[in-house]
Amino acid sequence: MKNKNFLIFIASVISCLWFSQGVMAAKGIYIPLFTYKTGPFAGSGIPTGNGMADYLTMLNERDGGIGGVPLIVEECETGYNTKKGVECYEKVKGKNPAMINPWSTGISLQLIPKTPVDKIPLLTMGYGLSAAAVGDVFPWVFNYPSTYWNQASAIIKYIGHQEGGMSNLKGKKIGFIFLESGYGREPIPLLEELSGELGYDFFTIPVAFKESQNQSSHWLKVRKEKPDWMIMWGWGVMNPTAIKEATRIKFNMEKFVGVWWSGGEDDARPAGKAAKGYKSANFHGIGTDYPAIQDILKYVVDKGKSQVKDRSRVGENLYMRGVFNSVLIAESIRAAQGKFGNRVVNGEETRWGMENLNLTSARMAEIGLQGFTNPIKISCDDHANNGPIFIQQWNGTSWERVSGWINSMDRVRPMLEKAAAAYKTKNNVPNRTIPCS
Amino acid sequence: MFYREAGQFKTTYISDQELFPVKQDRWGILLIIGFSFIVIPLIANDYWLQAILIPFLIFSLAALGLNILTGYAGQLSLGTGGFMAVGAYSCYKLVTIFPETNVILLILVSGFFSAGIGLIFGIPSLKIKGFYLAVATLAAQFFFEWLFGRVKWFYNYNDSGAIEVPVRKFFDIAVTGPIATAQTRYVVVLCIVTFLALIAVNIVRGRIGRAWMAIRDMDIAAELIGIRPLTTKLIAFAISSYYAGVAGALFVFAYLGSAEVEVFDINISFEILFMIIIGGLGSISGAFLGAAFIVLIPILITNLPRMLGMPINAATVEHFNFMILGALIVLFLIFEPHGLAKIWTIMREKLRVWPFPY
Repeated sequence: MKNKNFLIFIASVISCLWFSQGVMAAKGIYIPLFTYKTGPFAGSGIPTGNGMADYLTMLNERDGGIGGVPLIVEECETGYNTKKGVECYEKVKGKNPAMINPWSTGISLQLIPKTPVDKIPLLTMGYGLSAAAVGDVFPWVFNYPSTYWNQASAIIKYIGHQEGGMSNLKGKKIGFIFLESGYGREPIPLLEELSGELGYDFFTIPVAFKESQNQSSHWLKVRKEKPDWMIMWGWGVMNPTAIKEATRIKFNMEKFVGVWWSGGEDDARPAGKAAKGYKSANFHGIGTDYPAIQDILKYVVDKGKSQVKDRSRVGENLYMRGVFNSVLIAESIRAAQGKFGNRVVNGEETRWGMENLNLTSARMAEIGLQGFTNPIKISCDDHANNGPIFIQQWNGTSWERVSGWINSMDRVRPMLEKAAAAYKTKNNVPNRTIPCS
Repeated sequence: MFYREAGQFKTTYISDQELFPVKQDRWGILLIIGFSFIVIPLIANDYWLQAILIPFLIFSLAALGLNILTGYAGQLSLGTGGFMAVGAYSCYKLVTIFPETNVILLILVSGFFSAGIGLIFGIPSLKIKGFYLAVATLAAQFFFEWLFGRVKWFYNYNDSGAIEVPVRKFFDIAVTGPIATAQTRYVVVLCIVTFLALIAVNIVRGRIGRAWMAIRDMDIAAELIGIRPLTTKLIAFAISSYYAGVAGALFVFAYLGSAEVEVFDINISFEILFMIIIGGLGSISGAFLGAAFIVLIPILITNLPRMLGMPINAATVEHFNFMILGALIVLFLIFEPHGLAKIWTIMREKLRVWPFPY
């Protein structure tokens, strides 16, 4: 009889699954959020995911959505795993999503070819394929406010500035430690090319994912190479480990610069005072002083509608990164509604909104985030905004901004175009047919 | 009552040697195949095809491959992910080098590359056994992860370090690439999996399969009755890796659409090993049942709270997922160590004597 019950169980399971599809038909703009609050990258994924959800919930609670249309926010857990990410995409694509935020370069790479077919835009905020900045080849992919290549070139510029001029980079040694994945490998072509041009010595240290927590051998190599500067492209548990190891070999933390994904409070905090001086790139402000963040506290966190357990975590760097992502989502939808009317917009319409996004300083002030980030203006041709970045420094307990906005180098754009053209020929991407404007 | 083979007389050797000698089995299999070829493509939506059925079939194929090696020939392997990666990357290279050739053919050919690699990594199996062999095959896993991640030639010097599946057509229907519909890809995968599964059924009941089982059950005795351990084990490695390679190629070409080497990490090897342990070692149907279990249960658990209208956040569900799946695996191993295939056999016996069990 045990077996019979088993059979009934299986049958009911299958029928349940079958009928569950296509039930969702609530009124509102459907925004799926891919999160990874589990797995090895959860340390970075939890604050970003919470920031994203909280801002959108705040819009629902305070304004009743965007343009009077409520937002239906649904999280799909990817665990930063590509296979689960694809499954999430398949799950949400039939529900008329306004856009997809994959939150993983690996998942982005899978989805980029699918988006034009399914007519769903992809927002990879400061991650993903750098070449996607070229809107002519990738009409459905947006990576504003900046690409990894922009950022890498800005970091080199910053280093040049610290050394007293770009010409002083000649003969300097710059090491690049990265998470061995599509994400970590992204900036290497640019850094290599710049090394030939500016004359610095360049070496890379890949950290395989499974060695994330055990980097002593990698940093031994760093000690042997004696670099003048180290640049890090890390994520998840790799970040705090690398920072700790760097302090252990007594590397000059002032000369250790992380990507904007290596600048979380939780990345630097474990190393404590020793990490003082560590720098990382960033493109948005932190802290709770912004009116919009006060609204999040008021409408969401204090009402218990947030997944944030500790009120003090609101306003931290990665939380704000999530908020920023949702600001971009919301403003893109608003732009789309500006053309198509205040109603539920579909992927195609949101795409138009993303391509015509113009986030001015005045607009930022209006939404309660004055000075939060540099203005963003997207065009048909440029999907990345070529945004400038700034450098922040860890003072032992929190991040402090230590530089002004650093623009990327002009030479990045031609390289992006070259990479996009190569992608286009390799993958037989058809010519863009979507009209501009 | 059901499953009674009484009255099914075999009057010729050919009919006695049929693939499925019992009529009910034969009809059952035909029914399943017919259903999956005709009915499913018509009624299933994209989510079912793309997120559930295609990965289920591909994992079944990989599990089938590992079951040949571990279940039938008794050689424990943890290198399945590596062999799948070999299949995927060689398929990618073949497809980009010979853009005109039929992609389905190339997927099948790419299996031969991983078969060759499997042969090489199978050589130590002559001297080492059990857990030690598992460690040796683990070397394959790590080696290929390293190789395909570091040597740029394998991914055609793409800046992203990922392999991207180009559009390839077969009689003007896109079979691979983003514009291929889920239906087409499903049918392609189903054809290949059915074809290879039928071959596997034939191999394991023939001379080679019996030699494998003899080696598995007691290698010295097998040697004494004239079975060569060298060739037998190596054939097992080659065929198993072939299946894994084709599964890997399909995984990228029919399922993911583009991949970094990280998708073939050690976890996938473990997942496939769990599949055959849960499904049943040394059984073809076990590979399918185990794959269904490992692929479907997490999807079910993820979707369950929403179906029941319980608002549990996605991360919590994922934690539950790990716990429930883990518990199920442990319970299975305690209550039915021979796997789902054994449950099916027991059920068959019961059906046979129903309604008068003795």
